[in-house]
Order: sequence, then C-alpha cells, then structure tokens
Amino acid sequence: MFNTIMVPVDLAHIETLEPALAVTADMAKHHNARICYVGITAITPGSVARTPEEYEQKLNAFAEKRKEVHGQPVSVKVYASADPTADLDDLLIKATKEVQADLVVMATHPPRHLDALIPSHGGKVATHTQASVFLVRPTDAQD
Amino acid sequence: MATIPDDKSPDDKTPSEAAPSEGIPAPEGAANLIDTDYVIGQDNITASPLGINVDLHGKVFLFSSIVILLFVILTLALQDQMEPIFNSMFSFLTTNLGWFFLLGANVFALLALVLIFTPLGKVRIGGADATPDFGYLGWFSMLFAAGMGIGLMFYGVAEPLGHYGTAMGGISVGEDGVRTDWAPLGAAAGDQAGAIDLSMAATIFHWGFHPWGAYAIVGLSLAIFSFNKGLPLTMRSIFYPILGERIWGWPGHVIDILAVFATLFGLTTSLGIGATQAAGGLEYLFGIPANDTTLVLLILGITLVALGSIMLGVDKGVQRLSQINMVLAALLLGFVIIVGPTLMIATGVVDNLVGYVTHLPALSMPFGREDANFSQGWTAFYWAWWIAWSPFVGMFIARVSRGRTVREFLISVLLIPTLASVVWMTAFGTTAIDQVVNSGITEVQDAALELQLFTMLEYLPLSAITSFIGIVLVIVFFITSSDSGSLVIDSITAGGKVDAPKPQRIFWALIEGALAIALLLGGGLAALQTAALTTGLPFTLVLLVGCYAIVKGLMSEPRSGKPEPRKAKTV
Repeated sequence: MFNTIMVPVDLAHIETLEPALAVTADMAKHHNARICYVGITAITPGSVARTPEEYEQKLNAFAEKRKEVHGQPVSVKVYASADPTADLDDLLIKATKEVQADLVVMATHPPRHLDALIPSHGGKVATHTQASVFLVRPTDAQD
Repeated sequence: MATIPDDKSPDDKTPSEAAPSEGIPAPEGAANLIDTDYVIGQDNITASPLGINVDLHGKVFLFSSIVILLFVILTLALQDQMEPIFNSMFSFLTTNLGWFFLLGANVFALLALVLIFTPLGKVRIGGADATPDFGYLGWFSMLFAAGMGIGLMFYGVAEPLGHYGTAMGGISVGEDGVRTDWAPLGAAAGDQAGAIDLSMAATIFHWGFHPWGAYAIVGLSLAIFSFNKGLPLTMRSIFYPILGERIWGWPGHVIDILAVFATLFGLTTSLGIGATQAAGGLEYLFGIPANDTTLVLLILGITLVALGSIMLGVDKGVQRLSQINMVLAALLLGFVIIVGPTLMIATGVVDNLVGYVTHLPALSMPFGREDANFSQGWTAFYWAWWIAWSPFVGMFIARVSRGRTVREFLISVLLIPTLASVVWMTAFGTTAIDQVVNSGITEVQDAALELQLFTMLEYLPLSAITSFIGIVLVIVFFITSSDSGSLVIDSITAGGKVDAPKPQRIFWALIEGALAIALLLGGGLAALQTAALTTGLPFTLVLLVGCYAIVKGLMSEPRSGKPEPRKAKTV
C-alpha cells in the first residue's frame, strides 16, 4: 500500500524518535517500502553539526545504521534553513512532496495547552499534503 | 515494536565523537573549519516547564536577565539619581574618549573598504560552493532596514537643517577660548553655498562609510567565524583567534551578556522614544492626543506585529516586512525628488558626494579638533550609537549573508548603503534647506526634531498622503528592528543556536514591549538609552578585535574560484 515512507529526523533528539522509528521499520517491512529520512537543520553551526553538509553526512550514517535493523532501502534528504524553527512546517510539506512520500511517520508529543498557539507539525503536514500521516506518541504516554 | 535503533546513533554528543577530527566535510566547497572540542549547546539548559520547551545557555541567559532586571529596577526606583550618573558617564566618554571612537570608526571603515579590493574579497561566506539563502532584493532590504531605517526618517530633514544653521552662524568663542558653537569644522559664516556644502558633507559623514563600516566588521567577522570556521553565531566567536578555547568560559560569557544588554536596551529605549515620536506625528497630523493610552497602544501594536513576524520567521516574516519597508521608503524618496527641487537634488547628489569626500579627512580626524562641540557632541555621539548597535545589526546581517563573497558582502553593506544615504539625505536635506533659503520658510527649522519631516512635507503637495506614509514607515521600521532584534537576542542567549524553541523568541519580543511600557510610564527611557550607548566603548574594543579576526580568518580561507587543497589547519 505504501511505497515511500518519510520520517522526519531530529538528530539532536534521537531518543524521542525511537517509537516512530520502530513503527517505520515495521511498516516498511510489511509494505516492502523505501524509507527516506528527512533532516531539517540550521545553516549556522549547531549542536549536531557545524555545517549542513556535516549534518547530511551524519544523517546518512544514521540511515545506514537503521538499514541494518530493518533491511529496507533507505535514502536521506537534508534541508538547510536560516530559521529552521519557523520554517519547519513548510520544509516538511516541501519534503513530503519532493520525496514523493505516501506515508509520513512522525514522532509527536502528547497533546498540551500550547498546541492552540503553536500547532503540532504533523497536523500541518496532513492538512497540506496528499500523504497519509502517522503520529507516534512517546511510549510513556501510551498507557 | 522491538526494533529500537542502535544506541551508537551518530548524534552522540560526547565531545570526542563530535569533534570534527576526521571525515567532516567542509562547508560547501573548500573552507577551513576550526578544530575545537566545544559542542554548540553543551552549556545549554533544556527543560519543559509548563509544557513549554526551552533551550538556553544557562549562564548567559541568567546573568543577562539579572543585569537587565537590575538596571530597570534601579532606573525606575532611583530615576533622579540614575539619570545624572548615566549622563555624566556618557559625556565623560564622548568628551575624553571622543578621539578613540573617531579613530576606531576610521579603522573599521578603512579596513572594510580596503578588503573589497584585495584578493581576500574572493572568499565566499559559507565555503567556496555555498549559495545565497536570500535574493538580492530581500537581502538588501533586510540589511538596510536593520541598519538605519528609522534614523533616516528622523534625521533626514533635521540634521542637514541643524548643521546648515550652525555653519551659517559661524564660529563663536567663549571666554576660556573654547569654541561654543556647534558648527562642523571651520563653519561657513554667512556663506550660503559653503554652509550647504558643509552641512550636507557633515550629515552624510554620520550616515556613510563609518556606521556601515562598523556593521560590516561585526557582520563579516561573525559570518566568517560561524559559516566558514564552524563556531556558534554569537559575539564571542570572533575572539577565537585571540582567546582560543577560553571563549567558551567567562570571557566569552561577558562579551555575550554585554551584547544582549546593548541590544535589548537599545531596542527597548528606541521603541519607547520612537513611540513617543510616532505619537507626536499622529497628534500633529490627525489630532489624536499623544497621551499615555495612545503610547501604550502603539507599543502594544508594534509588539504584536513584531510577534507575528518572528513567528513566521526570517524568510516569511522579517524579509517581507523589510521589503514592504523598502518599497514605502522608495515611494517617499521618489515623491520628494519629483515634487521637490528636482534639479537641485540631482546636481546635489554629485556635489554632496564630492563635498563628502573632500571634507572626509578633516571630519574624521580624531586629534587636534577645534570644533569640539561638533566632533564630540555629534560625531562621537553617533559613533558610540552605531557601535553600540553593531552587535545586533552585525549578527543579523551575518545570519542572512551565507553564500555571498566577501567582496559582494562589503559592496552591499558598505558602498550601496552609503550611496543610498547620500541620495536620501540629499533629497530630504536639499528640499528642507531650499525651503529655508529660497522660500523663506522657517517653520521647519522651528519645529520639534521629530516633527521636522512632517512640517517639511506639509509644504509639498499631497501632504496628507505623504505624511501618512511617513508615519507608517516609522512604525514599520520599528517593527523590523524589534523582530530582528528579538531573533538576535534569542540566539545569543541560546548559545548561538538558531533552532531554539519558538516560545523563547516570543519571550524576548514581549519583554521588549513590556520594558518599553514600564519605562515609558515610570520614566527613565532617556537614562537607559544613555546607559546602552556607553556600551559603545567596550564594543569599540570588540570591533577592533573583530578587524584582527577578519584578516586572520580570511587569510586561512581558500579563495573562491581558485580551489586549494584542504589543509588540516586551524586559525
């Protein structure tokens, strides 16, 4: 049913991604789908990488590691922005279209009051693209 | 659901693994990263109080907040005591250290100018193959709006008129043999043509190479050390060639805290004082009373629009507002040129440029000045002002300039804005002086400083429309300063991160508005602005270090178009 699964990855907070990565691996194996890991980084030096190129290199290494886990074909795509905090939603929408993803799997936080002011990114992607969107809550919030 | 990713994920943030010892690609194309074990954000505190994520540099955020709070409380509580202290501090600086500001500004302007013509101008910010993030128009609009914007609105008419008056008045000497007049250089008593020439040269001097030279030095040094050397985008990074790894400790914290202090108080006090002036304009034009309610509403409105702009980000918020600004300013300028004394303005641009260059050596001379009132009260004051603003403007300029070559950067930050200032000052100044000289109108000269622009427009056609555009421009210029300033303060207090959570930037924009209102109602705006200007002194030193850092940093960069083999070399 799904050919390309897109997974937005924040290398600085990889621990929060684990449930989403696990879901992605299962889905990819089940549908025999490709996985594209998408990274959005600042053009300025940051905690993970000092240049967008370094970020891409690290994301590639990450994707290869993930491939050892699930065995499905992987690719990466990195977007660099002067203001990643503000541009995140637009870049995710752009990425969904550019990698032709039919499923987006995203880690998300539990619902909270601030969502009214700063809406979640997954909702935005679902509103603006044709892809299916799977929002994965953190494991400790699931029980 | 058993497949948990390998723990050895590549984001592992231990310094030994993150250190770019091998296999780290350079910024796009060849460049020379600095080899440091420091990981950006390693001193940051991340937490989620009340579900709001924060990611802050603990010490810089904490201490700058404390310093800011302390100064605000002191100023509010002890207004009568604090104002004279700040004032005497500042006048001590401009009187006794005026030469230092003048000398420093000369160094900045000269270095920026010379670099354009050296082979170092070929170095590309962000690496040899980097591509610009913003188009020319958007980029330039942001440079200009952040750089001077608002000042042009207030001084475009007032300053040429002021200098013209004092120059015509000639030299007067007090009993102690010291000049008491405020005329530039040797004045031009009774010589109308000479006084016009001198007043325009003096005005352009204060809005030309020197201010933009200071901005260019901060912007370029930060851009090089951030995009090419891989250090965080905060003021401390340009000290790397001198202090090395010590910039990650207290010397670095102090520089960053100082930058936050200067930027926040610079912005807050301009917001407060600017709102007073905008309200004055509204009262003059529409009869809206300029009382506290109007002022608070104006500040709230400006803060709200600035909030919207920073939520939208640099690309869709700040850039668009700056472009709107640019279009409005161009319309107003075009209008004044067409309905004003067009021929005088056209020939004036060339004459004033020649006059500026002719008088430049004498005007910028740091020593042996006889026009003490002018060189200390005007020039040194302006230099302290521009230099105190330079961390904010420079950091913002740096952030949007990746992908430009050093030459392109300097031409756009130094030459084009200087030319734009020449045209702007000539158009507004010539029109105002023409009204005085040829039409005998004295109302403009007699009007309050902030109303001189509107009074001048009144003697031109369609003044209802143009004055309205003028007010809107003033307000939009404030918004663009407020939003880019909040972004700058946020990234300094986040240890150079530009991807810190959104609530932080909202916090800074709100603080600016709140402090402006508190100071406006409680008093002390002018006092705190003076306090912010005194940071011009330490920042002159910071900028001199910046000059050294630029040369040192650029020398170790491969020049664009002539790729050299990469060497594992540090600065």
